[in-house]
Amino acid sequence: MSAESEKETVEKKTENPKPTADKNPKKPDVVPPTAKKTIPPKVATKEEPELPAFEKGIGDKITEKFGEKTTITFVKPDRVGIKVGRENIHEVAEFARDVLNYDHVDSVAGVDYPADKEIEVVYHLSSYTDPSLSRQILEIATRAQREEDPIPGNDATKLPSLRDIFYSVEFHEREVFEMLGVFFEGHPDNRRLLLPEDWADLPPLRKDFRNKGR
Amino acid sequence: MSTPTLPPGLAIQKADERIMTLNVGPQHPGSGHMRIIVQIDGDYIVACDPDPGYVHRGEEKMAEYRNYVLNIPHLERPVIHDSCNILYPYVLGVEELLGLEVSERAKYVRVIASELNRCVYTMYWLAIYGIFLGHSTMFMWPAGDRELLIDLLEKMTGARVTHSYFIPGGIRNDLPANFEDVCLRQVNYFEKRIKEYADIFYDNPILISRTEKTGILTRENAIRLGTTGSVLRASGIDYDVRKKEPYDVYDELDFQTNVLKSGDSYARSKIPWLDMMESCRIIRDALQKMPKSGSVRVKLKPNPKGAIGSVYKRVESGRGALGCYIVSDKKAEPYRVKLSVPSFRNLIALPHLLIGEKLGNMPSVYWSLNYWPVEADR
Repeated sequence: MSAESEKETVEKKTENPKPTADKNPKKPDVVPPTAKKTIPPKVATKEEPELPAFEKGIGDKITEKFGEKTTITFVKPDRVGIKVGRENIHEVAEFARDVLNYDHVDSVAGVDYPADKEIEVVYHLSSYTDPSLSRQILEIATRAQREEDPIPGNDATKLPSLRDIFYSVEFHEREVFEMLGVFFEGHPDNRRLLLPEDWADLPPLRKDFRNKGR
Repeated sequence: MSTPTLPPGLAIQKADERIMTLNVGPQHPGSGHMRIIVQIDGDYIVACDPDPGYVHRGEEKMAEYRNYVLNIPHLERPVIHDSCNILYPYVLGVEELLGLEVSERAKYVRVIASELNRCVYTMYWLAIYGIFLGHSTMFMWPAGDRELLIDLLEKMTGARVTHSYFIPGGIRNDLPANFEDVCLRQVNYFEKRIKEYADIFYDNPILISRTEKTGILTRENAIRLGTTGSVLRASGIDYDVRKKEPYDVYDELDFQTNVLKSGDSYARSKIPWLDMMESCRIIRDALQKMPKSGSVRVKLKPNPKGAIGSVYKRVESGRGALGCYIVSDKKAEPYRVKLSVPSFRNLIALPHLLIGEKLGNMPSVYWSLNYWPVEADR
């Protein structure tokens, strides 16, 4: 996997959410009507269409430190989303913990994108100790290569584990491994969690696993 | 596929080994629908491996096949006793994706339903907690008093347990006539009743001797493990999503969060009970501030399609912060729905609490986690 081709897909994916983040509403040709709607009306009336300053600051800090390695996908009230290549996810997470003060993960979600031949893993970071971050969620998304014929744990679908940075990902990463077949390198305990021990089908949250009768 | 490795509990035990491996569950009534593999040295637990998954139903997969509205009835199944709260983040997320605005009255009704449901769940949990400590009165009282609020919810929603009451854009139907008076009366009586639990349960020296200083979760560990809800607040961290990131009208209501410092089983079991009194306060306040009339839902198009993008919403449920991550690709069905449930997040703390404890303390420590196996498995 070259970094070039990956960046291209990342850019492609972020084309749509981007206009929500940084354009003023006077240009209807730039802002698609659907994207505008994603801002909750209540907050939109309270604040001007300007980007929320605090959230933008978080995004800027990350861009300042990592530059080209990360892409800001969206900045919404209380939510910041970034995309990171798998080779940089470890240092970005370390930066989020040590400098930005996020101290635990709320959720780790795996999303399958068969058309891109990739599986995305999204970490939602949050903070108990820093009062200024108590409303905030930082979404760090990274992508692993997807195999057509998966052998979970023994194919190229691998990501570095964040368990040594955020201890709280332990069970979440085990769940992503069994449900999507993403093996986390460096995770001390990659056993099954929810699925039965004798499950021998595809990882069930992949899009090519179909529910019976559907 | 790789050959599955046997979990440690299924390995055959040698007769002369000092450490004994014990399977608690999944049929054992003390563990709920899950198994806890513990290793004991004499009376003391030296290793613990929680094994959930016995009631995994693939809710997240099912959600990818149904449209945004049809997802409502099945997504509340993981915790039927707290069905309003488990739907809440999903509904908030869908509203953001569809760009719907909720009326003020609907927001207040949602808050009332959500608080009633929190009490109903907590009473059910309290009943089980009581019976597993051998306190059968504490099973009978909450199970009976719970009916007061179930009757209220039945009047509101038409269903005793699985309400499917919240829909994107408001609530399914308006309150029945004269609801406010009945609600106020029942809630006041309910509050009087739960205050009596102090005498029989929370100030009971037997309960205190069994739960105090057992299963201690330190403040540092509570943060590091990412625990949430009553487990977190019993360890001295003041974090409640209703206060920290208020959704709907929680920022206009008058209530406080309960925090205890000791981090033991006693503190963890006391927090939900204290929270119920705050819930009564919230309900009374909301009944007063609620607009007396107005629409409670917006008309939805058939098969509404969400905007491209993702949304992460969270609420405070009866057990802790409940998050919902929805990815939409402009189809009628969501591309991905992920429920980040408090039971699953708190489960990681169980080995940390049990190691070093006596085996006899296991039920009290386990149930003090406010853990709901069906929710953790989804």
